[in-house]
Amino acid sequence: MDRSLFSRDLFAELDSLQRQMQQAFEFSPSIRGFARGGFPAMNVGSTPASAEIYAFAPGLKPESIEVNLERGVLSISGERASELPAPDAEASLHVQERFAGRFHRVVTLADDLDPDGVEARYRDGVLHVSIRRLASAQPRRINVN
Amino acid sequence: MDQKNAVTREPHEAAPSLLPPVDVVEDAGGITLYADLPGVSKDRLHLEVDADTLIIEGEMDMRIPEGMEATHAEVALPRYRRVFTLSKELDTDKLEAELRQGVLKLRIQKAEHAKPRRITVRAA
Repeated sequence: MDRSLFSRDLFAELDSLQRQMQQAFEFSPSIRGFARGGFPAMNVGSTPASAEIYAFAPGLKPESIEVNLERGVLSISGERASELPAPDAEASLHVQERFAGRFHRVVTLADDLDPDGVEARYRDGVLHVSIRRLASAQPRRINVN
Repeated sequence: MDQKNAVTREPHEAAPSLLPPVDVVEDAGGITLYADLPGVSKDRLHLEVDADTLIIEGEMDMRIPEGMEATHAEVALPRYRRVFTLSKELDTDKLEAELRQGVLKLRIQKAEHAKPRRITVRAA
């Protein structure tokens, strides 16, 4: 508001607004991107002691999900088999929206995470990966003598 | 009383929700619907058939650590809802539902009289 009384091109303003919104929602857009609409959809959160990653990947066998953490990069991959009938079967497919096939998603996380403190659980089709922060990176209260 | 019910019901139905992706397959015996509802447990899944309307609703049951701050969210709502109109030949009494690891499998049989029959053509 205080920038100028005479606004510039309306589209330029909208564009800049959109970029600001994006910045506000996506804290640190990673160089690997955070492709929306990919499978599985992912939510990432953080607490002072850990990073929490939720992958919405329903219908998998827990043992078939591959989770790797390497230098702050978490990758989740696997395969979701199609439950649809073979094309020659006597059935017709009316709607097909669900993902089928191999998937691979990568998230860049902070580098203060402990590779030995990873815990992954799969429940109700949601993979939850919790990664502890390194003890040295956690806030500590320093006693004053 | 009725009026109060109507008022309290409204916001629930209008609550913003996610549209779960589905696959729908039809064979001679009926229709099979698969819906992705990750995060929904059996007791938070709500299926309703009202005349020829099928309503699928589910609430996510996620245990989020205390004090967690979301830094990136592609799934921004905690509930799903999707409504389908069924056709007359489907027998809603014969409805089987199964929820496994966030995937709902719903089987709706066709009414006996609606199943395809082969009609023999006799030579004159």
